[in-house]
Amino acid sequence: MDQKESVVRFENVGMRYGMGPEVLRDVSFALPAGSFHFLTGASGAGKSSLLKLIYLAERPSRGLITLFGRDIATTPRKELPALRRRVGVVFQDFRLIDHLSALDNVALPLRVAGAKDDQVREHVAELLAWVGLADHIEETPLVLSGGQQQRVAIARAVINRPSLLLADEPTGNVDNDLAVRLLYLFDELNKLGTTVLIATHNEGLVKRFDHAILHLEDGELRHLPASRRAAVL
Amino acid sequence: MRIGRRSDLPLAADESSRFMPWIVALMVYLAALALAGALVAHSAVERWSRNLLGSLTVEIMPSEDATPKPGNLRVESTLALLLGTPGIASAEVLSDERIARLLSPWLGTADLGELPLPVLIDVRLKPDATVDLAALGARLAEAVPGARLDDHQRWLQGLVSLGSTVELVAAAVLALIAAAAAAVTAFSTRTALAIHHGVIEVLHLIGAQDSYVARQFETHALTLALRGGVGGLAAAAATILAAEYFGEPSAGGLVPDVSLALWQWAALLPLPLASGLIAMLTARATVLSALARMV
Repeated sequence: MDQKESVVRFENVGMRYGMGPEVLRDVSFALPAGSFHFLTGASGAGKSSLLKLIYLAERPSRGLITLFGRDIATTPRKELPALRRRVGVVFQDFRLIDHLSALDNVALPLRVAGAKDDQVREHVAELLAWVGLADHIEETPLVLSGGQQQRVAIARAVINRPSLLLADEPTGNVDNDLAVRLLYLFDELNKLGTTVLIATHNEGLVKRFDHAILHLEDGELRHLPASRRAAVL
Repeated sequence: MRIGRRSDLPLAADESSRFMPWIVALMVYLAALALAGALVAHSAVERWSRNLLGSLTVEIMPSEDATPKPGNLRVESTLALLLGTPGIASAEVLSDERIARLLSPWLGTADLGELPLPVLIDVRLKPDATVDLAALGARLAEAVPGARLDDHQRWLQGLVSLGSTVELVAAAVLALIAAAAAAVTAFSTRTALAIHHGVIEVLHLIGAQDSYVARQFETHALTLALRGGVGGLAAAAATILAAEYFGEPSAGGLVPDVSLALWQWAALLPLPLASGLIAMLTARATVLSALARMV
């Protein structure tokens, strides 16, 4: 696979927390621009750790990671925020800011990027309406239900039209109907050109959508269905 | 619909936000008093120097036969010698009333007629004149027994030294207060960083530059320090005015004038701004240093 076309590329990546055992071992794969992948595996298999490496919350203990063609090990620290702004993340625990309204939470990525308030307003309201929260924009996460919080988190992840969208168990706290609707939402974003990687252990959901799979088992990429092997090096 | 102008970080709700303005107020209060003290001391030394430079005092001690006043002959001889010396503009014998007034802080207003007091002659030098004071003193002592020349240097040196010490101590106090203000801000900022670690991490991960996060702490620290600083300066102004009011009657010429001139009041005005600046820069440095440790 051409490195220039890969949004994310891992080569023999290993990762450990502190002096603990490796939670990821010799992981190699590439995500082509515009692709849609599921990242599957049992709890503790390393899905969240792998996502953390991509959204630059952690550093690998070995191996090479390139993000948008940049080797993250050699990219100066002051240039990392620009890379992070191209990645939208839906965290497993949402990580919304409790004292801010849904509107302000979703506006955050635009504000940190220096967008003007008048540009932000219209955009944020439109997106919140799109995820079905038009009537909750002034409410804080503390009064929103789990599903509503999740949609705020998704809106925040996609507000600045990221090139890469990462979601860590985005359907973990919602019923099946809402989970399917959220997946269709990710599908739509993917059709608009966003590269999508969704970590989930919801096998039913994975089967329902025909996308490539990266499967982690004990920190290693394994057991890939032959029909969905394309993304792995 | 509006996008809130509030900070991404709920710093205003922190416990430290409540006590920090009080601490800064106390620091600015102490700094203002220290600075005012230094300014008063500086002015007093300057005033004394200005009054004493260019003047001499000749003292003619009473004769040993217990005559209350030195004889006129000795006084006349002294005046003649002084006025005949190049560079001396005038020589005037101090009246008994003036001597009594000078001694009143020590001896009260009792009749001093029976006391063997010296004759004091106030000598003024011509501007820019150079007079060999040692030679003049020797000539006086030789020509008039009991006459002594006082060029005030002994007093002046003591006063200048006292003034310099007061200024030095005030500068040290100001430096210590600035260091303490920086330490309090750093401690408060570090506490806030720990409390809001989760929110800061979210901002970091969605692409906020370190300066974006630091700016929120800076603005917060500046606001608190300015608020405290203005309060502290107001309290210090009240204290200084009270000292001026209550100090004046008891001064009696022995204590320097503690009232501040307009420019000295103006010199105190930047203190809240300085406290704000120290708090802002310390908060910025503390946050940037902490964020630099994040991936």
